[in-house]
Amino acid sequence: MADKITVGYTHLSGCTGCTVALADNYAGLLTLLDRYVDLKYMPTLADARHIQQVDVSFVEGSVCINDKLAVEEIKETREKSAIVVALGGCACYGNITRFSRGGQQNQPAHEAYLPIGDLIKVDVYIPGCAPTPQLIRNVAVMAYLLLKGTKEQKELATAYLKPLMMAADKGTTACFCDLMTNVINQGLCMGCGSCASACPVNAITHEYGKPQGERDLCIKCGACYNQCPRSWFSFDVVSNYEAINEAIMAALQ
Amino acid sequence: MGAELGNYKSCISARSTDKELLKRAQDGGIVTSLFAFALDEGIIDGAIVAATKEFAAKNPSKVMMDNSNMDFPEPWRPIPAIVNTKAELIAAAGTKYNISPNVSLIKEATRSFGLDKVGIVGTPCQMQAIRKLQLYPVGARDVGASIALAVGIFCMENFPYQSILQLVEDHAAMKMESVRKMEIGKGKFWVYGKRGQVVQLPLKVTHKYEQPGCHVCLDYVANLGDISTGSVGSPDGWSTVFVRSKIGDSVWAKAMAAGCFETQPIEKVKPGLELVTKLANEKISKNKKTLEARATFGVGKGLRNPYI
Ligand SMILES: Cc1cc2nc3c(=O)[nH]c(=O)nc-3n(C[C@H](O)[C@H](O)[C@H](O)COP(=O)(O)OP(=O)(O)OC[C@H]3O[C@@H](n4cnc5c(N)ncnc54)[C@H](O)[C@@H]3O)c2cc1C
Ligand code: SF4
Ligand code: SF4
Ligand code: SF4
Repeated sequence: MADKITVGYTHLSGCTGCTVALADNYAGLLTLLDRYVDLKYMPTLADARHIQQVDVSFVEGSVCINDKLAVEEIKETREKSAIVVALGGCACYGNITRFSRGGQQNQPAHEAYLPIGDLIKVDVYIPGCAPTPQLIRNVAVMAYLLLKGTKEQKELATAYLKPLMMAADKGTTACFCDLMTNVINQGLCMGCGSCASACPVNAITHEYGKPQGERDLCIKCGACYNQCPRSWFSFDVVSNYEAINEAIMAALQ
Repeated sequence: MGAELGNYKSCISARSTDKELLKRAQDGGIVTSLFAFALDEGIIDGAIVAATKEFAAKNPSKVMMDNSNMDFPEPWRPIPAIVNTKAELIAAAGTKYNISPNVSLIKEATRSFGLDKVGIVGTPCQMQAIRKLQLYPVGARDVGASIALAVGIFCMENFPYQSILQLVEDHAAMKMESVRKMEIGKGKFWVYGKRGQVVQLPLKVTHKYEQPGCHVCLDYVANLGDISTGSVGSPDGWSTVFVRSKIGDSVWAKAMAAGCFETQPIEKVKPGLELVTKLANEKISKNKKTLEARATFGVGKGLRNPYI
């Protein structure tokens, strides 16, 4: 028990898809909880729901700034967590909640939603709508290694998490346009097709092998840009893919 | 073993023992033979390749069409496709020197196509994309573990389709439809016509037509493939093969045992690894310079470097 990291899960304006993605690790989730993670609070999967002091908190959903409780919760999460992870497109970038114009029952005045990074400092992003069970699993294992591992494991975890920390530093907006402005317009796109495959709403097609975004379809989740090998790419980490994949699988055996 | 060739367990010169297949393959038919063997053995249950318009016309549901290639599909446009038989693999053999976004099908392969064990062929950058999505699956749920065999092909550069059109029709004065094969080798761009004519263009003509994104690319021999292969280093009709990962090692050993390939030690063939190493170093140092130049491209402002 003593060697586990303490983890919390704050659920703001998210559709529970992130929660389901976490749970979709099935046996992997049980192993995580068994060996590495002491889940202190979480609305759906733990008894305790209220925010507590933890090593790592995962936050699902954006913050409705018209909802006093949500604003208090995100602030409290920051104050009580050593590491805050924005989980999923809504927490990272606002995603589909950016399209809210209010008017929904039974809180019609709840209309303005912000990604959590607009209100607090966020340490790590796990983008994706929904985020994938495997990326959640990888980050959870790496967070454990970062806090409890040997010197070597800490180095690996730092290198692995670095791009996801840089993503958190980079900003709180996402769109297909990121590929245009930061990859294609910068002369970096080589037409691999990762972005089109990553898009959850199939908003990306190709024009002479290069991605073209159907901007009306885009829900602003940030999956395409973060999946693109020309947005960020670490040779140190990715060249070691075989050993890292094996280490993660072994940790969950 | 220098870093420019990546990690590998073994390197050999090889070619397929299937003579019919070799007629359609670009070099030693390594990619097509490996996938055909892997299909047979149940190592993969389908492969993502770069198919042709003829395949797309017959199998509209198995391809990823490009907006610009829908109504009148053009000759020599690669079309990312999912194939399940040896005949389909052979129909997609051969190099198309323009962009084929093969990774665009990687998720769909495991969805509507229902594949559990996917094979994929791609350029070094596409192998990087595959490994990134296995380690950081942002938009690739349940995909990483389904990638059963990733075969990388060596790559100095790629071209937009219009570049190839211009090279073939303007510089080489041939019609695209009448081309049988294109090849880059021995310092030249070769265009072989169906009637037997051959035109060669010096690479100094082709350089300006290259895809700009290739000029920041730091991988020549697909360091991240399970197996990677190209023509450079081996005699005509043979391929240089790097066996890299555990998966690659196991598949290669089985394919060898099944008699899929004849091989020669890479040390025994000309020009051998020396040329591969030289070209890899040339590519990497040239593109590192490009990255440096990008950093100071403007006045007090630079262009992005994707590598962290
Ligand atoms: C753009 C490009 C540049 C290359 N540059 C070099 C080089 O500098 N040096 C070198 O030694 N080799 C290079 N190659 C690799 C070489 O041309 C052969 O593809 C390789 O040797 C495999 O030959 P094979 O006989 O084993 O494959 P085959 O059995 O003929 O199979 C080739 C496979 O590659 C797929 N393919 C064809 N075109 C593309 C494409 N554009 N993108 C993704 N997949 C494709 C086909 O669908 C097929 O499955 C390059 C290939 C490409 C596509
Ligand atoms: S294009 Fe698709 S993947 Fe990219 S931000 Fe929009 S919805 Fe997300
Ligand atoms: S993922 Fe990036 S490099 Fe690949 S096609 Fe999309 S924008 Fe281009
Ligand atoms: S040179 Fe690099 S970026 Fe360009 S196609 Fe080849 S592997 Fe991809």
